Amino acid sequence: MEANQDLYKPGYEIPEELRQQVTITTLERIYNWGRSNSMWPMMFGLACCAIEMICTAASRYDFSRFGMEVMRPSPRQADVMIVAGTVTKKMLPQIVRLYNQMSLPKYVLAMGACACGGGPFKEGYNVVPGIDTYIPVDVYVTGCPPTPQGLLNGLLTLQKKIKMEQMKETGWYSKEPVVEVPIPILGPDVYDPRKSDLIYTETHKPEVLSTEESTMEGESK
Amino acid sequence: MTDQPGLDPTYSDLLNEFPQAVELEARPGFTGVVVLTSALIDVMTYLRDRKGYDYLSSVTAVDDFPEDKLEIVYLLFKTTGGGIIELKVFTQRDEPVVPSITPLYQGAEFQEREVWDLYGVKFTGHPDLRRLLLWEGFSGHPLRKDWKEPFYEEEVKPFKTRWPEGKGVRSENLNPFKDNVQYPRDFDPNTYEPDADRSVYKLLESQIPAETGDFKVDHLVVNIGPQHPSTHGVFRMAALLEGEKVLALKPVIGYLHRNHEKIGERNTFVQNMPFTDRMDYLSSMSNNFGYAITVEKLLGVKPPERAEYLRVMMAELTRIASHTMAIGFLLNDLGAFFTPSLYALEERELILDIFESVAGSRMMCNYFRFGGVVRDIPEETLKSVKKLVEDRLPRKVDDLDRYLTDNEIVRVRCEGIGVLTAEEAIAYSASGPILRASGVPYDIRKVDPYSIYDRLEFDVCYRQHGDVYDRYLVRLDEIRQSLRILKQVINQIPEGPIMTGKVQYMVKVPAGEAYGRVEGPRGELGFYVVSDGKPNPKRYHVRAPSMINTTSLEKMCVGGKIADAVTILGAVDVVLGEVDR
Repeated sequence: MEANQDLYKPGYEIPEELRQQVTITTLERIYNWGRSNSMWPMMFGLACCAIEMICTAASRYDFSRFGMEVMRPSPRQADVMIVAGTVTKKMLPQIVRLYNQMSLPKYVLAMGACACGGGPFKEGYNVVPGIDTYIPVDVYVTGCPPTPQGLLNGLLTLQKKIKMEQMKETGWYSKEPVVEVPIPILGPDVYDPRKSDLIYTETHKPEVLSTEESTMEGESK
Repeated sequence: MTDQPGLDPTYSDLLNEFPQAVELEARPGFTGVVVLTSALIDVMTYLRDRKGYDYLSSVTAVDDFPEDKLEIVYLLFKTTGGGIIELKVFTQRDEPVVPSITPLYQGAEFQEREVWDLYGVKFTGHPDLRRLLLWEGFSGHPLRKDWKEPFYEEEVKPFKTRWPEGKGVRSENLNPFKDNVQYPRDFDPNTYEPDADRSVYKLLESQIPAETGDFKVDHLVVNIGPQHPSTHGVFRMAALLEGEKVLALKPVIGYLHRNHEKIGERNTFVQNMPFTDRMDYLSSMSNNFGYAITVEKLLGVKPPERAEYLRVMMAELTRIASHTMAIGFLLNDLGAFFTPSLYALEERELILDIFESVAGSRMMCNYFRFGGVVRDIPEETLKSVKKLVEDRLPRKVDDLDRYLTDNEIVRVRCEGIGVLTAEEAIAYSASGPILRASGVPYDIRKVDPYSIYDRLEFDVCYRQHGDVYDRYLVRLDEIRQSLRILKQVINQIPEGPIMTGKVQYMVKVPAGEAYGRVEGPRGELGFYVVSDGKPNPKRYHVRAPSMINTTSLEKMCVGGKIADAVTILGAVDVVLGEVDR
């Protein structure tokens, strides 16, 4: 209802007889109002947080109250990707591919400590320390796992963010092709093709010491 | 534990039968026998065929670095009940080769692949020795003690930078790539050819039957998952199809491999408790239970009565929550999208409220401690448990029963699908509802009672057909039995302390090994812990029922339709956090 109230206050004087019948607003505002209230999340769970996401969708918390009940397994139909759980290196290429397959406008909500920054598993050898190292994140929801209330708060925050967007600044009406995030490759360890040069220089350093040890020493000095 | 009067007589039979190849484990605190690598298959065959040890519970490895020694540990049980038989095989670290026991016990297939993946032990005679949790091409075998992860800080916790000074540095800043990665020297990303799952596809394509006659048949490889609404998480099945028929199906797992065991070996004993929550995240209390009783075996402590009752109460509530959810999601997979799940989730929420009030968290309870539980149950909560158990849940279970059991679609889609006979289920080391639906009344609460289960009245639920429908029925029956247990627990719970001894941060665990197991909602949840007297476990292994149950997935799916593969997976009820750990 709050959003509706906004529509009645466009910043122009509306004659008394037309109040509650005619609404004057900007195209931008009605456009964002409509978009923000029909966010379709992608049905995509990774770990424990996915269970809390399901609980948020279920009857007690019910995020369909905010226009989000249509969970789509296909990235083509989804607007917001809720990265719900630990992102592992093995799963990373798929997540980046899913992100690339989503059509604009697209948003990413990192749910839980793991998706935000690695969480309790950060030190693990197969864990990506936060999905934002590869794809842009709009809203972070912390917690391990966040409660359904926490997730709802995150989704409402995302709605607020969408309402502040300006049409001329958004990318999806531009003629330029959408730049995709290069898909990470599973080698001896996962690697980002964008960092190939750095990796090459680091692994071909002439020292006898292994790369890791040498930098550790450098830090302590 | 040599020459103990309580030693299993099977051990002495083994010593008599194989005097050259078998000797008793000599280290104090350790049990079992050490078998020569060359005699392993003979010993195993003898135990299986002559002694009735038909159930291979677990295969794992222990790294004895800096000694040049890797131990492979085999844990065997009888499905008719009785104690554990523990075999160990020693092999050297640089070129470890051990004969595979997969031809004898099919349930070893994934577990041996896991040992190959994480320890680099080659199993000769294994039908498909690929990496299980990581990918082909990964450098190194991470559970070896001398393998270091990119964010390696120190051998064991608590790390000096964090405690007591608390001057932690972001691990990213110490890494040259500013990320959780490391590469071998001379790795060139520009010329590297990734495996990109070629090994899986090659394996599947090798199973295309030769063409017969004039009729040409096309075969198709289909990947279901890792992003698929009915794989219950990040699970992937690569299937070879002929039309709709499944010719071969390979589960591909590891998409949620969170290095539970590596982190577990860096942690102190107590620090592992919250990590067990996150393993099978639908039943965290059960996981706590398994880990707590394992370490209590090593410590030799016994929790007070009230704590035992609270533990059983929480474990059974977990079972109800997990089974209702499993039923709801099975119906999801059958096409009744989300409506039955909503019924299941409604009840689960009420149980989660109880967990929240005793443990402070809905899902990740972290409630058990060695020698008790962390908090007492509030009087109000006990009342709401009573109300839930005596009034609401029995009605709701009957509702589920009434809506679903005789539903025509449920019956047509479930009866006769994914059949596993009793012999197969045992050979594949299936456990929990899968095993019991195949006609094997094997419930650890009965055959090897822990905590106070020997004092409680309940029946072991089992069915005869071994299909998806029977698995569903077994779960329904188990909910009713859990309610029966809970009623007794609520009426009998005594007053008293909830902890033995005082709460310790650094528990002193004597050197030795212990295998503790509980009947989790998904089956035998076992923890194999080796301590060397330090504050951190030397080896921390989880026998994950979900993972071992997926070993038989191919067997159940081949020959059926691809749509049924989804149903079968739903009835196995995997939780990916536990499959991959």
